[in-house]
Amino acid sequence: MSSREEILQAVLHNQPESTPLPDMGIFKVEFEDIVQKYMEIFKSIGGEVYAVHGLDEVKTMINKKFDNNKRVITTLPALNDIAELFSPDATPHSFDDVELAIIKAPLAVAENGAVWLTEEAMGQRIIPYICQHLAVLIDEDSIVASMHDAYARIGAADYGFGGFIGGPSKTADIEQALVLGAHGPLTMTVFIIK
Amino acid sequence: MRDTGTKKHAALAEEFIQDKEKADWHDGALWWIRQKRDMQANQTPQWEELREAASAIKMNVITNLHTYLLQFEANLKKNGVKVYWAANADEHNQIVYSILKEKNITEMVKSKSMLTEECNLNEYLEERGIGVINSDLGEYIQQIDNEPPSHIVLPCIHKRKEEIGALFHIHLGTEEGLSDPTALTRVARKHLRNVFLTRRAALTGANFAVAETGEYVVCTNEGNADMGAHLAEVQICSMGLEKIVPEKKHLAVFLRLLARSATGQPITIYSSHFKKPRPGQEMHLILVDAGRSRLLGREDFRNSLKCIKCGACMNTCPVYRKGSGLSYHNTITGPIGAILAPNLDMEKHADLPFASTLCGSCSNVCPVKINIHDQLYKWRQVIVKEGYVANSKALSMKAMAFTLSSPAAYQAAGKTGRWVLNYAPFAINNKFNPWYKQRDMPGGPKESFGEWYAKNQGKKED
Repeated sequence: MSSREEILQAVLHNQPESTPLPDMGIFKVEFEDIVQKYMEIFKSIGGEVYAVHGLDEVKTMINKKFDNNKRVITTLPALNDIAELFSPDATPHSFDDVELAIIKAPLAVAENGAVWLTEEAMGQRIIPYICQHLAVLIDEDSIVASMHDAYARIGAADYGFGGFIGGPSKTADIEQALVLGAHGPLTMTVFIIK
Repeated sequence: MRDTGTKKHAALAEEFIQDKEKADWHDGALWWIRQKRDMQANQTPQWEELREAASAIKMNVITNLHTYLLQFEANLKKNGVKVYWAANADEHNQIVYSILKEKNITEMVKSKSMLTEECNLNEYLEERGIGVINSDLGEYIQQIDNEPPSHIVLPCIHKRKEEIGALFHIHLGTEEGLSDPTALTRVARKHLRNVFLTRRAALTGANFAVAETGEYVVCTNEGNADMGAHLAEVQICSMGLEKIVPEKKHLAVFLRLLARSATGQPITIYSSHFKKPRPGQEMHLILVDAGRSRLLGREDFRNSLKCIKCGACMNTCPVYRKGSGLSYHNTITGPIGAILAPNLDMEKHADLPFASTLCGSCSNVCPVKINIHDQLYKWRQVIVKEGYVANSKALSMKAMAFTLSSPAAYQAAGKTGRWVLNYAPFAINNKFNPWYKQRDMPGGPKESFGEWYAKNQGKKED
């Protein structure tokens, strides 16, 4: 008998009588001002967040905040005057020198500050992890209150890879001292487009 | 890996508390994390309902695991992921080795995985000429010090920054005496980035695996799992059978609880959902039993399969905070480790369920409501019955049972005890009695409650 059969047989033999799943409908999270809440939480986890009125404002702020002598990439054709549009077929290793990546997330969560990105939105899976700095654009109406709402919005959508990202990478492994920028981005900036 | 030999919990904890300043720091650092957990719990509406739901979902998984495993396997295959089943640690290690060997890969990067620690995967591969580097900063530090992680979330919480600085000086060539956490982290970032860019294979664990879709979720704060996986041509995931959740919507409950319980964050920075390999990449997933199906059959203990490895029980445990995770001589340390370990090897881990005051704080903070302190108590019964306790403990327990079941013996023992405390304290306050280590006992009362009650009975009515 293979290990597969042995394991499955042992599991079937040892598992007790079935118990029901709980009602997930009881979870309701509501905030008076969802955008305000998102901004407050995102700042508290070490991120920077700005409410802006359009892409021009985003461009001005990015030019002011980041070193545009270094490599800046984006998935958004509208930003190709300040950033390089990259090929989704390039090898992931070729993005090691990216200073700033600017991408757009279809969904953000107020209760924890995270944005949801599928590989389609990332351009390539490695992009939001390998860049030194990450900037994410979100539409104001794509912010939901809770993780329950987020999964309801994601629904049965198919993707090869997707991830919640809630701030710059961090570690506190050395004496619990918080250090931003462990292996991923040193900073994360979110622009909420009104 | 440095071995703790056959030393038991009490002896290992005693070694740790020799450095009083460090032991106090350790105690305080973990208690602060417990307090951050409380702040999040108090701010999150329906926190108790979330814990109830998480516990019920996991119970449903435990009671329907056979169906969910088959569903998960079918979906993995549909997604283009290659599936393996491993009955034990050895089989798991063989599978990883064969995947790497087929591709002529001699170096692998690994993100945090307690399962592969449990399997001693690194040692197994190193003996066969394959180098493994742990990429989580805490695990990396433990690896270069040749010591196992002491905490499942905070692997080197028992080390001071000066000790880490000294390790970096030897292994990464940093300036002698450098101990600033930010400076040390930057050095590790640079070194490990080169590791990520040059490894053809990356292995991760899994926090949750969704039967409904075949995707699995890996949570990190550092981004190390993603850096490894998205750059490697071969991606391997090792997961225990119990990591299954039925549907994607159930992830909401667990992702809301996990980081809040673990470190007091609203969510881990990265919660990555891996479903299909990217073009040109291979994905392999190994389902590991290694004692889990046996635990499923132990009625009193199967609840421990609900564990989501947040570490909250460790941060709150007075015994853990004082004695550190190194004293548990098991991969999973702390209260949860003490109830998981006897299922793996009752004789070797017979001391662990006794490393507790049974105060119940662990059960109170557990996000999936495992009855940890009840199970610690129940394991003690099993271990004594199976004859795995030291003779001295078995004898004193027998003497206690006799004394407590006989009123005459109880009274005589009480009288003797009071006399000894008052007139001959040296008879018990000596180095042979561990209760007197770092403690003093008050003098004994002149009379017992029984004697006092007999004398004063009826006085109030007068």
